[in-house]
Amino acid sequence: MQVPVIFTQAGFWRGVKRALPLVGGLSPFGFVVGLITQHHGLSLAQCMAMNAFVYAGASELVALANWTHPAPILAAAFAALVVNLRFALMGPVLAPWFAGIKPLPRYASLAMLVDHSWAISVTDMRNGGHDFGLYVGISVPLWLGWMAATTAGFLSANTLNLPPNHPLFFGALSAFVALLVPLWRGKSDILPWLVAAGVAVFMAHAVPHTSWYIVSGAISGCITGALLETKRHE
Amino acid sequence: MNNTLSVYLAIAAMALVTFACRSGGYLLFSRITPSPWLRRALAYLPGCIFIAYVVPALMSGPPQNWGGAAATMATMALSRNVGLSIAAGVIALFVIDGAAGFF
Repeated sequence: MQVPVIFTQAGFWRGVKRALPLVGGLSPFGFVVGLITQHHGLSLAQCMAMNAFVYAGASELVALANWTHPAPILAAAFAALVVNLRFALMGPVLAPWFAGIKPLPRYASLAMLVDHSWAISVTDMRNGGHDFGLYVGISVPLWLGWMAATTAGFLSANTLNLPPNHPLFFGALSAFVALLVPLWRGKSDILPWLVAAGVAVFMAHAVPHTSWYIVSGAISGCITGALLETKRHE
Repeated sequence: MNNTLSVYLAIAAMALVTFACRSGGYLLFSRITPSPWLRRALAYLPGCIFIAYVVPALMSGPPQNWGGAAATMATMALSRNVGLSIAAGVIALFVIDGAAGFF
């Protein structure tokens, strides 16, 4: 971790290359978010503003599901909080990278943090990577692709109607499944992962439509892993 | 309140809260020195956060999604290619849906 963080053009383009398949996998999800935004009576400019600045599809869907006229400011903010709380857990893991750059680009980069850029960067960091260009190279196409997909969804809301269980929509979940694979480090992950999954499934039923299940599942898994390691060292 | 204004205020509130989530965890941890135990726990976070997302999502969806997830995982394990793995999962779902319609 003592290796200084660098930013190279090669790293940036490596990130762009890694992001392109994710843009494809996520665009059906972005398309749906755009469709639903139109259904709730937002204008194109409002749809673009939400996706540009909130840039967190799951929380937008939860907020839109409870949308009213005039807009529910507090309820929307609360939806954003409970669904996006998981991001607060991600920042610290990438801290060695974020700490190595100037404050302005650092907070701009944090503003673009999404699950996918984080997973790829963490995997790279674990393998000794220290090129922040990779993170930026993933983040920029993901954001542009998200804007394109949500806008396209908004504009085609009145003409196109895919059934909600269309196989294309599986692309978003499929992207998460694919990114999970390289995060596997070996046998010591088995029990923490089982605990994380079990707690998450329980909490998803207990407190639906939030991300408490992700946060509580992840923290339970982490505690399990740390306890097991401490026990093994004794 | 004016309808248009309320929409933009709601969007601004969501954006602000979301940015606080994205930067808040980093800010908090850069001000404290995490203990060795905490650092050990954080090392488990990436896998745990993704499995905690994926498993409930699969359980609440139609059963064919498990087939798609298996195809994605197998492709990823063999190729380490995210694009190929997403495509494999989506194609597997098309095949499963097609087969289900055939029988």
